[in-house]
Amino acid sequence: MRYWIAGCLAVLAAFGQPAGSAMAQSSTLDTVKARGQLQCGVNTGLAGFSAPDDAGQWKGLDVDMCRAVAAAIFKDVSKIKYVPLTAKERFTALQSGEIDMLARNTTWTMSRDTGAGLSFAGINYFDGQGFMVKKALDVVSAKELSGASICVQTGTTTELNLADYFRTNKIEYDPVVFEKLPEVLAAYNAGRCDAFTTDVSQLYSIRLTLGNAAEHIVLPEIISKEPLGPAVRQGDAQWANIVRWSLNAMINAEELGVTQANVDQLKESKNPEVRRLLGFEGEFGKSIGLDLDWSYQIIKLVGNYGESFDRNVGAGSPLGIARGQNALWRDGGLQYAPPIR
Amino acid sequence: MKRPSKPPAPARFSRSLTDYIYDPKARALALQAIVALLLVWFVWAIVDNTIRNLEAQGIASGFGFLDNTAGFDISQSLIAYANTMSYGRAFLVGLFNTLLVAVIGVVLATIVGFVIGIARLSGNWLIAALASVYIETLRNIPPLLMLFAVYFGVLKALPSPRNSLELPFSSYLNTRGLYFPAPVWGEGTWLFVAGVLVGVAGAVFLYLNARRKFILTGKADSIALPQLILVVGVAAIAFLAAGSPLSFDYPQAGRFNLKGGMTILPEFIALLAGLTLYTAAFIAEIVRSGILSVAKGQHEAAAALGLHRGQIMRLVVIPQALRVIIPPLTNQYLNLTKNSSLAVAIGYPDLVSVFAGTVLNQTNQAVEVILITMSVYLVLSLLTSVFMNWFNARVALVER
Repeated sequence: MRYWIAGCLAVLAAFGQPAGSAMAQSSTLDTVKARGQLQCGVNTGLAGFSAPDDAGQWKGLDVDMCRAVAAAIFKDVSKIKYVPLTAKERFTALQSGEIDMLARNTTWTMSRDTGAGLSFAGINYFDGQGFMVKKALDVVSAKELSGASICVQTGTTTELNLADYFRTNKIEYDPVVFEKLPEVLAAYNAGRCDAFTTDVSQLYSIRLTLGNAAEHIVLPEIISKEPLGPAVRQGDAQWANIVRWSLNAMINAEELGVTQANVDQLKESKNPEVRRLLGFEGEFGKSIGLDLDWSYQIIKLVGNYGESFDRNVGAGSPLGIARGQNALWRDGGLQYAPPIR
Repeated sequence: MKRPSKPPAPARFSRSLTDYIYDPKARALALQAIVALLLVWFVWAIVDNTIRNLEAQGIASGFGFLDNTAGFDISQSLIAYANTMSYGRAFLVGLFNTLLVAVIGVVLATIVGFVIGIARLSGNWLIAALASVYIETLRNIPPLLMLFAVYFGVLKALPSPRNSLELPFSSYLNTRGLYFPAPVWGEGTWLFVAGVLVGVAGAVFLYLNARRKFILTGKADSIALPQLILVVGVAAIAFLAAGSPLSFDYPQAGRFNLKGGMTILPEFIALLAGLTLYTAAFIAEIVRSGILSVAKGQHEAAAALGLHRGQIMRLVVIPQALRVIIPPLTNQYLNLTKNSSLAVAIGYPDLVSVFAGTVLNQTNQAVEVILITMSVYLVLSLLTSVFMNWFNARVALVER
């Protein structure tokens, strides 16, 4: 009987305070610092954005986003635990606290920003959805795809865009929906589908892995806006600021001509914007709970946005994607970061 | 010392608290009530906590989303569906697709399982060995791998739509599926349907008549041929009388795929084949155990009565074996239904793919969507169990 009562009391104690317990968490920054490691959700394998290289090191544009945040907090880009996630798992992983931030070519949409408990911290790649087909089909435009079978991965915004586009253009098609990318590609390769649709950046990345890249072409139509960016849990403004301004610092660094190579020389710079960026004027680091040299560390350890782009997806990479919309605003692109001042 | 005299009768109605504590019945009731209350409160605490946390994190909740426009397309649908319809409709499409593959899968797996199970007991060494190899191979491979092997194996083997394999009756087979002409019924169809019904009624009458004669005289007439002639003949006369109200919509070559006609998707074929072959291996073992549970004397007694081998199996062994077979068979039916959720891996639009996949992703309402999906599988499984228990009670040995 005594044990029984003790058991009851234990249950009472455990559930005496329903709700609220999730709210009483300490700030994400404190949690990350205490853990000594940033847990960053990335793609399970998308060349150029996040994929392990021959040596098992994660590389890519999204991976650089994780590294920038780790550099700002720890001054060390090795203190990251990469958590590879499928399209379907990613938001639950972030909501439940399994990861601190999500950098997994994720489209910023209103429903995700407002209804899924997420906050987007910026746009690190302006993308759009497109189609890839086999050259042998002699298709030059997506409008010719009437009656075609189209392979698509679930858990993404692509299914809806696809339906919208074909509904608008009054074209019929057959969707074939898979959960994971390898099955989508296997089905496309086996001839189950005429076309494969996803974000154009992914199409270029995947075309490289298909063996004979020259046999496949990416059609010119871009059927949607896909602003890809890092996301954090809603409700921790300081943490959102850290991620947002890590990205902004990289873009501002490119605009100001600060690179990984010259950042040390520029310590002597007289340019006030550069001095503010590198933390010699103002106390911008403190306002987000970090040291004053937070952005210096990002540029020193990761590089500016342009360097990251070239190295991972741009001219200096096998993907060779042109800057296009991702060029700086003054070069005719869309990348524009609010100033640090 | 003199004990105080007992109080008179009304004590029954005014028992003190200690009386209740020492009454085992009252004590048990009280404890059960407390446990029940704790359980209710426990469930309530979890639900309440979840709702509050969802609100605090800014995650939408509630079931209102079912009325919103779905916006996406589904490759196979048994009911009318367009992307302008609601999420609720998409749910039904996924549910019916799951039911389709589960029901056909259960029927096929039972047939294949019975055949293989009996084959494993065959006196023919080759047949028994082949059945053993089938069972030991297939039931030891994870079902997901089976599905991948069947699906991609099938796709690799099939020709592209431009080089479709031509089959009889204007049917075509290619990587996009099996295409065949769709029947289009015209005016006067009712006459044909009526003819079929009359034919079937006649066949049933013949059967009842023959059975009565068998019971009375012990003479078994062969009525299969007259039945066939009756059904086909009456139906054919009715069809001609109605002015042949049937035409066909033939599949035609389009730029990418064949158009028109009816299509069976390769995903459906692969899923059905994978689930059937896998589950049949288990059913075969259950059938074998059931048959072996029937005492050898039953075979011998039946043989002594002059029954041939098919009759021994059908009339003596199987009815007794069913009592052993049915309870574990129910488990296999449940497994097949639940394994059908692997469909998402090979692109078949079942409930998990459509609802717990696309709808969940578009609405971000994981808790509600998963709750509904789990409830569906629970209800399906319970219904299967209820039906199989009823069937089991019917074939159970009636003891007097």
